[in-house]
Amino acid sequence: MGRVNGPSLGLYTVKAVVVLDSEGKRLLAKYYAPDYPTAKDQRVFEKALFDKTKKLQSDIVLLDNQVIVYKNSHDVLMYFVGTLDENELILSAALQAFYEALSMLLSGQVEKRAILENADLVFLALDETIDDGIILESDSTQIAARVTKKDSAEGGGVPITEQTIAQALRQAQEQFTRSLLK
Amino acid sequence: MSMKKDDETGEASVKYAEHSLFAGLDRSTALQEARVFNETPISPRKCRATITKILYLIYQSEVLQTKEATETFFSLTKLFQNQDTSLRQAVYLLIKELSTVAEDVIMVTASLSKDLTSRSEISKANAIRALCKITDASMIQGIERFLKQAIVDKNHAISSAALVSSLHLFNNSKDVVRRWANEVQESVNSKTGITQYHALGLLYQIRQHDRMAVIKLVQTLSRGTLRSPFAYCMLVRYSAKIMDEEEGARSMYESLEGWLRHRNEMVVYEAARAICNMRDVTAKELFPAVSALQLMLVSHKPSLRFAAIRTLNKLALTLPAAVAQCNLDMENLITDPNRSIATYAITTLLKTGNEASVDRLMKQITGFMSEISDDFKIIVVDAIRSLCLKFPAKQSVMINFLSNILRDEGGYEFKRSIVEAIFDIIYHIPESKEYALSHLCEFIEDCEFTKLAVRILHLLGLEGPKSATPSKFIRYIYNRIILENATVKAAAVSAMGHFAVECPDLRMRIRVLLTRALDDNDDEVRDRAALFLRVTSSDELCAHFIGLGDTYSWPTLESGLVNYLAHPELQRVPFDITSIPTVSRDQEEAEKQRQKTAKQENIAALPKTAAAAAATPSSNKFASTAGSTGAGASAAADITKGYAAAMEKIPQLVMLGPIFKSTPKPVELTESETEYVVSCVKHVFAGHLVFQFNCRNTINDVLLENVTVAMTVESNDDGMAGGLQLEGTIAAPKLAYDVPGIIYVVYKRLSGVSPVVTFGNTLKFVVKDCDPATGEADDEGYEDEYLIEDLELTTADYIQPVMTLDFKNKWENLGQEHEQVETFELSAVPSVKAAVTQIIEVLGMDACDGTGSVQEKAATHQLLLSGMFVGGVNVLVRCRMAFDASSGVTLEIAARCTDAEMCERIVNSIA
Repeated sequence: MGRVNGPSLGLYTVKAVVVLDSEGKRLLAKYYAPDYPTAKDQRVFEKALFDKTKKLQSDIVLLDNQVIVYKNSHDVLMYFVGTLDENELILSAALQAFYEALSMLLSGQVEKRAILENADLVFLALDETIDDGIILESDSTQIAARVTKKDSAEGGGVPITEQTIAQALRQAQEQFTRSLLK
Repeated sequence: MSMKKDDETGEASVKYAEHSLFAGLDRSTALQEARVFNETPISPRKCRATITKILYLIYQSEVLQTKEATETFFSLTKLFQNQDTSLRQAVYLLIKELSTVAEDVIMVTASLSKDLTSRSEISKANAIRALCKITDASMIQGIERFLKQAIVDKNHAISSAALVSSLHLFNNSKDVVRRWANEVQESVNSKTGITQYHALGLLYQIRQHDRMAVIKLVQTLSRGTLRSPFAYCMLVRYSAKIMDEEEGARSMYESLEGWLRHRNEMVVYEAARAICNMRDVTAKELFPAVSALQLMLVSHKPSLRFAAIRTLNKLALTLPAAVAQCNLDMENLITDPNRSIATYAITTLLKTGNEASVDRLMKQITGFMSEISDDFKIIVVDAIRSLCLKFPAKQSVMINFLSNILRDEGGYEFKRSIVEAIFDIIYHIPESKEYALSHLCEFIEDCEFTKLAVRILHLLGLEGPKSATPSKFIRYIYNRIILENATVKAAAVSAMGHFAVECPDLRMRIRVLLTRALDDNDDEVRDRAALFLRVTSSDELCAHFIGLGDTYSWPTLESGLVNYLAHPELQRVPFDITSIPTVSRDQEEAEKQRQKTAKQENIAALPKTAAAAAATPSSNKFASTAGSTGAGASAAADITKGYAAAMEKIPQLVMLGPIFKSTPKPVELTESETEYVVSCVKHVFAGHLVFQFNCRNTINDVLLENVTVAMTVESNDDGMAGGLQLEGTIAAPKLAYDVPGIIYVVYKRLSGVSPVVTFGNTLKFVVKDCDPATGEADDEGYEDEYLIEDLELTTADYIQPVMTLDFKNKWENLGQEHEQVETFELSAVPSVKAAVTQIIEVLGMDACDGTGSVQEKAATHQLLLSGMFVGGVNVLVRCRMAFDASSGVTLEIAARCTDAEMCERIVNSIA
């Protein structure tokens, strides 16, 4: 009995990232491994995943010979998928980093509406967390800091006079958080 | 809802409406909108919003056409004129996502390269990642200098981006990336943990084939300069790999044990897991790892509990005693809110539990069963089945439990697993028979699954007549004839028939019942009733019916018939039933058990996915599915099936009939690093030999065509090689770079000879140069040859491993008439264990009664082997071994079968 397969010796850790809403509808999914090549395969997998996890809050589940860690936040479910031999704690650390980064970027409201409103931030945050299956960064503050906001310092955003009060407030708050994070 | 949100409600609802336009968004509108990229002046805000929409669609798995993607891709490049970082980052993300669909992406290299010198950390890191994604092997050298610098950049975001990108590049451009080893080495000492992790991962990829370098790397880093727990996890894996290759040495154990005390639980778990997976791990070595896992069992984090119990569960399969110390903690996990954890806990407990705790455990499980899904229930049922076989004294508790859940609600698979479990218990624990059968009788009274009812009736027919009071089953069976559908009725008639045949005192009464079935409106039911009425009309016929011990080998018969029906040219002559090997009922039963155990082991070993291979695109997907020698018969049968499926597509090979035996592992005929990699699988057919050469061309600028293998007899000791006649070669029409091809060489075995021969082999082909990028070959080529290693055809190739349960009786029955006994001194063999492995390999037979496993340091051992020689002669072998440090292993081998010559051959093949 040898370690024929054993845990992977490469850094390709995350096979897929899926974010679903409270009805199992996909908000975002990125498959890094070719296990589910077509959109249909992916939907079937996501449906099975959702059915298996919607009732129980238990953070971790096995499906299709994969280890899947997940996190429920308000009305969204976030999943990180790894191989059966993967160290689930590594996956869970990556998921936690991504979640916390989102939480900073979305002012603590990691929920469907905020995700859709700020889809650009969410997409960029994911891209800064996982690069083609490799964990790129595990420090949530670093991830959040590397995601540029809609209106960067170099201008081009909504001129201050055109902003609603709420927008202005939010921008101020963002800048405040950013300065805190530094 | 928070206060802040309330404040925003008015504005947010407007925005929500705006953003729900994602819902109505489709490909064409989004791409239309992409025209905004061409406007001047560029509006970063608008453009980023549009990019987000396209990304949203991509993440919804919307498929873009190549043309659309390419157009969007190139209009994106215009946005490089704007220096806004927030826009730039979005552009990079979309470039990466489109790069796999769009064409000519390499054209934008120049625009991206500018950002490599950008002062903005975000732009620079993103530029590196995007650039490496679109670049190809030929372009890397152009950016090599930048990448080398970036790897050692003081900013860790840039350094990590460069390292991760290099890891992706490594798959296709190993040689270039290898040149950066010094820079990578330097960044292993980076101050930031995650960068260390990336650098370590890359350095290992670069060095992995240099064993000494890997050992040195691991040893240096073990002393504790790393910060990242991820990096430590990788170190653990590398250490485990090093030890695994050392065949039992424990050079790294101390480090692993040290990591069990690491402050991060991720590392502790990785180390504990590695220790549990060590080869031939001892209880003493396991103890600290199991203790560490035990602590995790009470963690408040589900993932930690899950990780620990999953590892313990796997360990319990092989070493239940080592896990027993955790029993109390695991019992608490039965009520864990995470059902996966609870199920693992139960199945582990069922393995580690002792006889005394069984009752308590069963009580706990009963409460648990109603809450879980069928999938989990099946796992539990399987575990109970094994537990019952382990503690036969507890069978009545188990049977009670199983029959209770048999009455619960549940789907077919679940019910089937229970019925299977009860069947197994009946088979292995005869005392349980009477009780279990009566439970099954009650079950079929109200069974919605025809298949299960049929199987149970069949079993009743076989076992019922042998029980103390056969008459009590008759009522249940007859009820089926009255109440059920045709399939079940037919099965019930057969079952009843068996009672009539085997129980003379019931015969007359059953004949009355069978006569009633003659009026049934189903043909099959009437036929069976008529058959049994005829059989039971005289005592002689009954005796003859009972005496029918043999049956055909069903899988072979099935594939033979399918083949016959599929090929009209075969149908000119009637189907030859004598070509199908017969097996005794015992053998068939043994085979069924074997399949069952193999399945259990598969479930237990949690089948590995090909995912590991999938994640690293360059890894060799041509991996062989070699089985371990221990499970000889099972592995061989499954492998043969795979090959047979491949050969069925080739008409010439189909004509040869079913495969008798295929070599379990392909024989490597070249080194794995040569230009052409060739391995061979030998297939023995009833009248033929087929050599299957698996070839792979590892040169990317050469195309081979019309590839054949020329085989010549090099040496032949038994003088039978003349009986081999070359019938034909099926060439591989072409062998492109890294695309495996197969060549078959077919020999006829005249009058069924089975010679031991060494063949010399030469690969012959036409070589054509080709462009490595496009794969287009020149028109002109030249003929060439390539010498590959010799191939031996051994006695083992003609012997199929056959599982035998009752070795002793069979051995006695064969008698000493043709027995051959020989004694050998195997001075070169270091241990009894090694001798056993080698003998099994040389003879190609299956070890019986668990004699295939030996203690590492055993001084004496008896190995019992059973097999079938091509042509259907059963062979049994008994090997007695003794080990002495001065003279090595002394072996006395005795072979028995019905043919003296065969015995002699087998005994001599050891020499």
